[in-house]
Parts: sequence; C-alpha cells; structure tokens
Amino acid sequence: MRMELFEITHSPISVEALINKVSRREAGAITTFIGTVREFTKGKKTLSLEYQAYEPMAVKMLSQIGDEIQQKWPDALTAITHRVGKLDITEVAVVIAVSSPHRKTAYEANEYAIERIKQIVPIWKKEFWEDGTKWIGDQLETVEYPEGKPSKGESM
Amino acid sequence: MITVLFFAGIREEVGMDQLQVEKQDITVSQLKEYLQTEYQLSSLQQVMVAVNESFVTEDETLKDRDTVAFIPPVSGG
Repeated sequence: MRMELFEITHSPISVEALINKVSRREAGAITTFIGTVREFTKGKKTLSLEYQAYEPMAVKMLSQIGDEIQQKWPDALTAITHRVGKLDITEVAVVIAVSSPHRKTAYEANEYAIERIKQIVPIWKKEFWEDGTKWIGDQLETVEYPEGKPSKGESM
Repeated sequence: MITVLFFAGIREEVGMDQLQVEKQDITVSQLKEYLQTEYQLSSLQQVMVAVNESFVTEDETLKDRDTVAFIPPVSGG
C-alpha cells in the first residue's frame, strides 16, 4: 500500500497509522493533534456532525499546508488525515502528526497546520441538533450563518 | 462549456451538486452574476472561487472545460 501523507477518508482514522507515517530515525519528537466532535457549543447540544469536502482540492490544500510547513520548518515531517461523512460525538474528525528532531518545531508546526486547515481547506461541517440543522460558516468558528449562508454585506 | 460545483449551504440552496454552463471566455464575476440571476442565489458574493482546484480571483477568465467550484467559508478541523 502506498503511504499518502495527506488524505481525506470516509472511515475512522487511526492515530497510530499517522504516527507511523512521520516516524523516522532523525526524529526526537512527534506531536499529534486529534480534533474530535464536541457535544456542546455555546450551550447548544450537538447530536452529530456531517463533514463534506471538495475531496481532490482538499487533498491538494492539505498537501500545500505540508509544503508551507516544509518552508517554515525544514526539518519537520507532517501527515494529516481529515474524515468526512457523518460523525458521532467524541469521534475523531482530523488527525495531524508532525515529527522533528526537537520538540519545539513539532509543537509549532502542528498548531500551524490546524490553523491553516481552518482557513484554506475546502471542508464544511453541518451540525445536527434536536431542533434542526445548520452548515457552520466561518473558517475560524467566529461567524455562524443562521440561514445556512452568509447574509448580504457580511464580510468573510 | 464550464462545469460548476456547489458545496455545503449553497448546494442545498441550488438543490444540486453540479451543473454545466454553456459559456466560456467570461470572468468569474460574470459567471457569478449569471448564476445569481438564473438561480436566484443569495450567497455568491461572499464565497471564494476555485478553478481546476486552485483558488482564483473574481477577474479570472474561464476557459472551455474549466471546472469552477464555489467555496463557502470553510469549517473543517
């Protein structure tokens, strides 16, 4: 099986598989970020989430994030897998693993990766509540669109 | 002919995930205007646009057989 560092998957993600992708003899540190489905957001109870992706472009943008990390931290190696489809509370939506010779780089590059995912990777989540559903809008989770879309005059 | 892809809230508003538009040599912003008129879409001014899987600006000119994707604000992670 060919090992891909950047993937979109419809199945549960194995954290260990991502660790193995970046594990290497030069590494003295591996950081993992595990993004999970949260039950309560601002007091509102989420029953489940559905993630949708523009899959070929999402893979390209994940791999672009890998290139950006390579530029900023040349000795870091990154692997990212994001899951799509319907997910239950506590399930894993995204895993980022970064290895580097020293820990600081692995921490910094890992945080950079999740911030960039929220800016440029074409993946969207839809929240399912007891009383309805909504596509969540903004990349940094600061803007939500009650109608499932931005209202007129609202900036990105 | 241009293929147009819709996602998330826009996909639900349009009621389809893609369509074919018999046009070429128009800009992204002209395509947006055309689709807004044709499908009464309310949300195209805020979305980013990708052509053949790369982000572009509004003045990008579309060629025959391009794939245009409307990218509403993303919420992965």
